[in-house]
Amino acid sequence: MDEVRPQTVAPSGRDDERREPAAAADGAQRGTEPAANREAAKESGATSMILAMGLIGLISGVLIVASFQLTLPVITKNKAAALERAVFEVLPGAKTKVVYEWKKGGALVPVKHEKSGALYLYAGFDANKKLVGIAIPAEGQGFQDTIKLIYGYSPSCRCVVGLKVLESKETPGLGDKIESDPAFRANFKALKIVLGSDGHSIATPVELAKKGKKEKPYQIEAITGATISSRAITAILKASTTAVVPVIMRNLTVLAKEVR
Amino acid sequence: MAKSDGASPESMETFVKGLLKENPVFVMLLGLCPTLAVTNSVINALAMGLATTFVLTMSSAIVSLVRKWIPKQVRIASFILIIATFVTVAEYIIQAISLDVHKALGAFIALIVVNCIILGRAEAFASKNTVGASILDALGMGFGFTIACLSLGVVRELLGSGSLAGFPVLGKSFEPWTIMILPGGAFFVLGLWLIFFAWRREWQKRKAAAPAFEIREG
Repeated sequence: MDEVRPQTVAPSGRDDERREPAAAADGAQRGTEPAANREAAKESGATSMILAMGLIGLISGVLIVASFQLTLPVITKNKAAALERAVFEVLPGAKTKVVYEWKKGGALVPVKHEKSGALYLYAGFDANKKLVGIAIPAEGQGFQDTIKLIYGYSPSCRCVVGLKVLESKETPGLGDKIESDPAFRANFKALKIVLGSDGHSIATPVELAKKGKKEKPYQIEAITGATISSRAITAILKASTTAVVPVIMRNLTVLAKEVR
Repeated sequence: MAKSDGASPESMETFVKGLLKENPVFVMLLGLCPTLAVTNSVINALAMGLATTFVLTMSSAIVSLVRKWIPKQVRIASFILIIATFVTVAEYIIQAISLDVHKALGAFIALIVVNCIILGRAEAFASKNTVGASILDALGMGFGFTIACLSLGVVRELLGSGSLAGFPVLGKSFEPWTIMILPGGAFFVLGLWLIFFAWRREWQKRKAAAPAFEIREG
């Protein structure tokens, strides 16, 4: 075996190497001097460049749309299955669930199938048909992209009992710790969210505390090095609980019945 | 570099060279970011390797197909556009196959766009060779990358979690070396593999020199 250093790699970026066969391709006459560059610039004008890029862009667009359309049904099914699993994950002890559509006026209507575009709550029941809690999907802006999550709220404990991130594109190794960091995840085992005496505001909205500074049961302890992602989770949870918890508490008698 | 033809006997060499002799990771040291980042388990390593192979093969084929119509000045931009398209397609396919794998690979799927192996092959090989040769070259390089990812993934998962592809193999008494699934472990394992490959090259060189010596003696 001869020299192992691949000769195809090292000088590949250089002009002289790649020009030689390329010149043969378009039939142009070129030297190896840098002047050839200027010559090349003259002969292929702006029109051909725009045309080439435009055509490639057009074909790329068609390809992406086609693969999106082809994979969409499967992806939707996968996501629904993942959501179903997540409901039982954020409601420890739940065995069955009932889906409620959350109508605009604040009414909760049990439904059999979810449609896109509507808001849903998932009531989870244990083996004795007792209400364990309600799983609530929520989303908001993260550091890179929208963070989608689902959390479980227990009306008897008046606290968040579980949280799972469904989709996020946070920085690998830093922001994505919101999904993996055990200390951060422990925040959502019993995060107190108590309704105020007026019935439609939260007495103690969730807030972010620095690492090791968590003192109150409604505080979330941030991850060092992932402040923005921690803050995003807090903001999503705060917005969602402020809207949903009053609705849940008002409709507790409706939710506690297991509809079949 | 000889201009290779898809039908020439060289085509087998075009494919095989990427596997070990010119392995993109162990020999060229390209594409180290995904290699280090997502090889903490065999499944992730395999998914990353295959996704990269898919993008590499498709984009090499297209680049080779349109190489004569792309003006020199916009070739890099065109290549990136083609590569990005197939990365997006790959992302949809992975989501359709398994959401868990998609989540585990996370941002690194999108980052295949900037994997220098792919742009490197487009610029160094596909833009001046026939479609057939380019596909063979891309497949060879892609499988070479997959082999590299798996080499790291197998060691890291075995020592870091005591399992292989999710199945426990080392038993309950095994205490996992947590460092192996953390970034530090990736560097250790990659370093050891690089030492191994450097040693293998030396050994082969010595072996190649040896027969000549024997003939002279006889």
